[in-house]
Amino acid sequence: MTTTDLIGKIIQVVVGLAAFAAVLGLILFFIDRAPKKGRDVIQLVAFVLPAMILVAVGLVYPAIRTTITAFGDKAGNFIGLDNFVWMFTQPEALITLRNTVVWVILVPLVSTIVGLAYAVFIDKSRGERVYKALVFMPLAISFVGAGIIWKFVYEYRPAETDQIGLLNQVLVWFGQEPVLWLQSDPINTLLLIVVLIWVETGFAMVVLSASIKGVPIEQLEAAELDGTNAWQRFRNVTLPSIRGGLVVVVTTITIATLKVFDIVRTMTGGNFNTSVVANEMYTQAFRAVQPGRGAALALILFVMVLPIVIYNVRIMRQQKEIR
Amino acid sequence: MSDNVVDLPIPGAVKPRDTSFEAAAADVGKATRVKRRLTSRTATVVALAIAVIWTIPTFGLLLSSFRPEELIRTTGWWTIFQNPGFTLDNYRDVLFSSSSSAPQLGSYFVNSLAISIPATIFPLVLASMAAYAFAWIKFKWSGALFVFIFALQIVPIQMALIPLLQMFTTALQPVQEQIHAAIPIIPEQTYVQVWIAHTIFALPLAIFLLHNFISEIPSEVIEAAKVDGASHSQLFFRIVLPLALPAIASFAIFQFLWVWNDLLVALVFSGGTADVAPLTQRLAELSGNRGQDWHRLTAGAFVSLVIPLIVFFGLQRYFVRGLLAGSTKG
Repeated sequence: MTTTDLIGKIIQVVVGLAAFAAVLGLILFFIDRAPKKGRDVIQLVAFVLPAMILVAVGLVYPAIRTTITAFGDKAGNFIGLDNFVWMFTQPEALITLRNTVVWVILVPLVSTIVGLAYAVFIDKSRGERVYKALVFMPLAISFVGAGIIWKFVYEYRPAETDQIGLLNQVLVWFGQEPVLWLQSDPINTLLLIVVLIWVETGFAMVVLSASIKGVPIEQLEAAELDGTNAWQRFRNVTLPSIRGGLVVVVTTITIATLKVFDIVRTMTGGNFNTSVVANEMYTQAFRAVQPGRGAALALILFVMVLPIVIYNVRIMRQQKEIR
Repeated sequence: MSDNVVDLPIPGAVKPRDTSFEAAAADVGKATRVKRRLTSRTATVVALAIAVIWTIPTFGLLLSSFRPEELIRTTGWWTIFQNPGFTLDNYRDVLFSSSSSAPQLGSYFVNSLAISIPATIFPLVLASMAAYAFAWIKFKWSGALFVFIFALQIVPIQMALIPLLQMFTTALQPVQEQIHAAIPIIPEQTYVQVWIAHTIFALPLAIFLLHNFISEIPSEVIEAAKVDGASHSQLFFRIVLPLALPAIASFAIFQFLWVWNDLLVALVFSGGTADVAPLTQRLAELSGNRGQDWHRLTAGAFVSLVIPLIVFFGLQRYFVRGLLAGSTKG
């Protein structure tokens, strides 16, 4: 990077911010001086319209366009359901769908269970904050960074040399041969799933930990006086009272899992039968120049996410009302 | 700053009860804690194991990034005591080396900052204005419009990528070329596309969350200011913004990290050159093309992690709240 490059970049940012501030400043300046008659309408428009225009142009219209594109070929001619037929018949596309299903089952399940167990085990223990920070930290990291971190763990070296990847080293310690993990189908998909579990467990743990703190202590004590053991108390008192938190965690992680893209892109690029819907959508639309297929995959993603988001939102609203 | 500085709605969280009860609970907690330590040894062991497993991968990468290239390539980081070695060369190489084979992350780091800061400010300002209007200006269909905006969250950004890119190419590209012709220091490919894309994708969630907060400002405060003759823009700047600042700060952190860590939007809208592309894009590229250059990948990964980790450890409370409130985004 040369100094001129840097100056050019700084100018861009400064000009961008200044232009934004100037436009907003002008809008706000004029609405205060708007004629008395109709001032309310003008003010309203000034406040709401910028965001509305952006959302309409950048989300609503594109979503409609994508839906239409999904029923067209490369040139945009209407071809009916062919793109969807491709998705549900071609072996590569079917593997993508299969992988997505495996991701969606395993990631929410494992992260929630591990996150919950961890939250329960460290609850009120000494150093709870440190414990939490350690598991929560991956959530701050980009998926790309997480992908590189785990690629290093899975790194392969031929058997006669020293291993530099931890997983293969563990195998060697147990007298096994090292494995080319990321190229071995189907275990490579599971290993990619581990990365997302590693990230999402922190999320599950923090939310569930907050829920656990809300379990009435009186009930727990009453149960303890009744001579129940720790597991029974967890089953019969804690678990029912954190149900809302659990639903939010599972649905939120499910949505994130359906949209997983960066991990697959960074670690295998979707090769070796590891592709998932979001990654295949990108590949088809922007690499293979098959906008119709890309759009069809985006539409499938939308259809899969839709019911979960609606359910999630309803639960969140209910919880808000209870509070 | 007191305890209730931020009040974004957080899934699953329970508001604290009144303090007298809390104090009592703390006493009980102390008593049970003593008992706990004796009885739940297995739990402690399991928790410890999880904590260690969760930390080791990051730790191994961090340690490796300070080892000489030769050692990274031939020995595992766990043999550091048998094969000692410490160097900052990897970081020097990825950040400042100008050789064509080097990753030259310096300029990508600048890009990440140049993308993230405006892409955090723009949507937050626009969203808080819209949220204010939805909360405090009465108008026809305000409810319906708000629900519609809220519902837009269900549209995955994948649905918007292709048409948005087409629009940018037809509408923005010529303008950018003209600017480049007039001012050569500004490259043909600019940050504008990425900024706009991130702003648009952030708006529905931002409007929704900030509305929740802004609508809870006591109406007496707003009414009193109105009686004193304050206009809407005065109300917005003097009263609503300062009061909503904690919520805005939480969401700002979330949005900043989201943009900083994003790969998909960058891949589609940045063009992939050192002029615009952020760190994540460069790293993904390196990981794909030169997956064996571990001295570069380890150091490079940590260059990209530094800012998020500073935010995480420095602003943990805001970070947690922002992240939890925004966790369904994407």
